Amino acid sequence: MTKPPTNPPANHPRLTGAEILWATLTSEGIQHVFGYPGGAILPAYDALRKFPIRHILVRHEQSAVHMADGYARATGGVGVAIATSGPGATNMVTGIATAMLDSSPVVCITGQVSSKVLGTDAFQEVDITGVTLPVTKHNYLASRAEDIAPMLREAFQVAQSGRPGPVLVDITKDAQQGCAIFDFEAAAPQPYRSHPMIRRSAANMRQAAELIAAAKRPVILAGHGVMQSNAVAQLRDFAEKTQIPVSCTLLGLGGFPASHPLALGMMGMHGEAWVNQAIQEADLLIAVGMRFDDRVIGTPNSYAVNAKKIHIEIDPSEINKNVKVDVALLGDLKLVLEELLPAIPPRDSAAWLRTIFASKGDCAVHDIRNLPDTGHLYAAHVMNDLWHATQGDAIIVTDVGQHQMWEAQYYKHDAPRSLITSGGLGTMGFALPAAIGAKIARPDKQVWVIAGDGGFQMTSPELATIQQEKLDLNIAVINNGYLGMVRQWQEFFYDKNYESTPLVSPNFVKLAQAYGISAAAVTKRQEILPAVAEAQADPRAFLIDFQVEQEDSVYPMIPQGAALHEMIRRPQSPPGNPLVETAEDR
Amino acid sequence: MLHSFVILVEDKPGVLTRVASLFRRLNYNIVSLAVGHSERIGISRMTLVAEAPPESNHRIAASLYKLVNVLEVDDVSQHSCVTRELALIKVSANGKIRSRIFELAEVFRARVVDLAPESIMLEITGSESKIEGLLQVLNEGEERVLEITRSGRLAMRRGHHTSRVLQALGDAGSQAEAAEGTNSTPSWQDPPDTPLPSEF
Repeated sequence: MTKPPTNPPANHPRLTGAEILWATLTSEGIQHVFGYPGGAILPAYDALRKFPIRHILVRHEQSAVHMADGYARATGGVGVAIATSGPGATNMVTGIATAMLDSSPVVCITGQVSSKVLGTDAFQEVDITGVTLPVTKHNYLASRAEDIAPMLREAFQVAQSGRPGPVLVDITKDAQQGCAIFDFEAAAPQPYRSHPMIRRSAANMRQAAELIAAAKRPVILAGHGVMQSNAVAQLRDFAEKTQIPVSCTLLGLGGFPASHPLALGMMGMHGEAWVNQAIQEADLLIAVGMRFDDRVIGTPNSYAVNAKKIHIEIDPSEINKNVKVDVALLGDLKLVLEELLPAIPPRDSAAWLRTIFASKGDCAVHDIRNLPDTGHLYAAHVMNDLWHATQGDAIIVTDVGQHQMWEAQYYKHDAPRSLITSGGLGTMGFALPAAIGAKIARPDKQVWVIAGDGGFQMTSPELATIQQEKLDLNIAVINNGYLGMVRQWQEFFYDKNYESTPLVSPNFVKLAQAYGISAAAVTKRQEILPAVAEAQADPRAFLIDFQVEQEDSVYPMIPQGAALHEMIRRPQSPPGNPLVETAEDR
Repeated sequence: MLHSFVILVEDKPGVLTRVASLFRRLNYNIVSLAVGHSERIGISRMTLVAEAPPESNHRIAASLYKLVNVLEVDDVSQHSCVTRELALIKVSANGKIRSRIFELAEVFRARVVDLAPESIMLEITGSESKIEGLLQVLNEGEERVLEITRSGRLAMRRGHHTSRVLQALGDAGSQAEAAEGTNSTPSWQDPPDTPLPSEF
C-alpha cells in the first residue's frame, strides 16, 4: 500500500505533501471540504487556493464532521472534514463516533505535529489515531509526503466499501511540507478484499425462499442499509411481489415510501403501537439492512418470539448479535434481493394485511393532527404542518430527542435520503451542522433543520457558517423549555423529579438576528403555516422558534426492559391540568 | 470458555493494538497472545487465546475480519491442533535440593538453562497442562519459584492444512493479489473449510 511508485514517469509532477493531499481529494472527485485551520494543518491550507475545492469554514470541528456526515447521507458519496492537531482533532471525535454508529462514509483529515517530535507531548500533539481507533473503521498516520496519496486513496476505499464508516488520516506537518512524486494511479489501493464471511449458499437462499413462501404473517423490517445499498427499488419490487408489509427503523425511513399501501410506520421504542403489535404477532421477519438495535427490539427474549427470522446483512458480525436468526443472507442487500426475488412464488397476504390495518384504527398516535384547536401548540402539529407545507419534498435533518421522534411519526417520508438524523449515537447538536452539509451537497433541495432548544444550543454557533456561506436553510427550533426527552423519562421513571432538565434559552429570534438571519416566533397553531411559508419564501436562511407545549410526551413508548407490545399509551389527561398530556385535546 | 484463534495480520505499527482493542471493547479477556513472523515477509501470525462466552467465536472472528490489517482468522478451537507453550522458570535452589530439581527436570523433559549459586532456571516446552504440572510440583515442594515467564499458546492445525490467504497471495504477491479480492460476484458455493456456525 505504501509502496512508492518505482521509476515514476516524467509527466508525474513533484508536489509538496500539502499539494498531494488536495490533488488526491480532487482526483477522488471531492469538491467540498468542511474544516477549521490551525498550526499543524497550515501547510495544507496554504496550498488549498491552487485547487478547485470549496472549503466551508466551521465554528467547531465536531460540526465539520457532522457536516461531512450530512453531506455523505444526502448524496451517498463521501464527506470530507479537516482539522488541525490536538484539540482540533479531539473535537472531531463525537462527529466521528456519530458517523461510525450510523455507518456513514466520512474521511477526516487531521494535521499532526512533525514526525521528529511525535510522542514528545509537543504543543497541540495528541495521539489521535489512538484516540479514534475504536470509533473509526480504520485510521492512518502519514509521516512522509509519499504516504499521503496511497493512504488517502485507501481511506476512501475503506470508508465506502462493505458497511461504510468513518476513516481518519492523520498527516504530520513535515509530511505536508515534504515533497514527493504525485501519481494518482500508482497510489491506488489494492483491490478491495471483501469480508471473507460474506457469502450465502444456495441452500440458504432456498431456505429463505421457502420460509417466505410458507409465511402467513410476514413483516419486512427495513433499515439504513436500504439507502446504503441503493436497494430502494429492489425492496419495493420485493414487497410488492410478495405482498409483505414493510416497517422501517428510524434510519430506514424513506427507504420504503410511507404512502405505499404496504407501508407500516416506524417500529421500535416510539414506533406506532399497531406496527409493533404486527411485529410481535408475525410468523416471519425479514430484516433488510437493519441490525436489531436495542431501541427496535425492546428485550431480545420477548421479541417476536413466534417469528422465524431472515437477516439480510452486509456485516457478518451483526448476525445473531442481538437477535438469533434462522437464516442469514450475507451480502450487499441490492444483490441479495435481486437474487432472492425470482426464487419466491407470488404469494398473498390479504388476510394478514387486513388484520394489521384493522388494528391501525385503534391507534392514537396520529389523532393529534385531527384534533380541534384548543390554543395549545403541540410539536406534532408543527411536524405535520411542515410535511404538508413542504409536500414531503424536503430534506429534513433532525437532532436528538422528542422532536426527533415526533418528526419520525408525523412527517411522512416517501423518498430515500429525505431524513437525516443521528440514530445510533443519538448526538445532540447534530442537526444544524448536518443540515449545512446536506444543503451544500444538494443546493437544489429545500432543507429543514428540526432541533430542540437543548440540542440546537450545542452547535448554534454554526448559524455564522450558514451566514458566511449564504445558505438558504430553514430552521425549526422546537422550544419547550426542557431537555424534553430526559424530562419525559423523569416523568415516567423518576417520579417527575425534573432534575436539571428545565432549560433557560436565549431569545432564539434575536439570536438568529444577531447572526443576520431572519427569524420569527410561533406560539399558536394557526401561525405555523404562515411562518413556514415565510421561511420558504425567504431566499436566505430563516429560523422559526416554535414555542410548544412544555410537558408534552412522545407516545407510544416502550419502557426500557419491556416487550414490544407493552407500550405506554397516551393517557387521558386529568381535568384541570392541560399541560400534562396532549390527549387533553380530545 | 477459552477460544483460540490463529490470526494472520499485516506486520505494521499499531496492528497489535487494533486486535487487542477489539477484545477490550467486547470486554473479553485475552489469556495469551503470541506473535511472530509467518512464512511470508510482511505478514505476522498470532495465536490468541481469549476467555469469552461459548457462542461468541463467530462474532469475534467476524469482528476481527473487519479490521483492515487482518488477513485471515482461523478459529482453531474447532479443529485438531498441535498446541505448545514455552516457559522459563527460575527456582531458588541451594545445594541440598538441586538434585531434586534435576530429577524433576528429567521427568518433565525440561532443560536446565542457567545455574547460579542460589538458583536454577528451567526451560520447558509443551502443552499448558504439562507446564502447569511442573509448576504444581515445584510449588508443593521445598523449592521457591522466583520467576515465571510464559510465551503463551502457539497453535498449528494438524495435517496438510495451510493458510488459503497466503496460498492465494502466491510467491510473486502482486499478481495473485490482484486476482483475489472480488466483491461484486456473489458466491453461491461455500468454499471448503467454512468458519460459519451450523445455524447458518
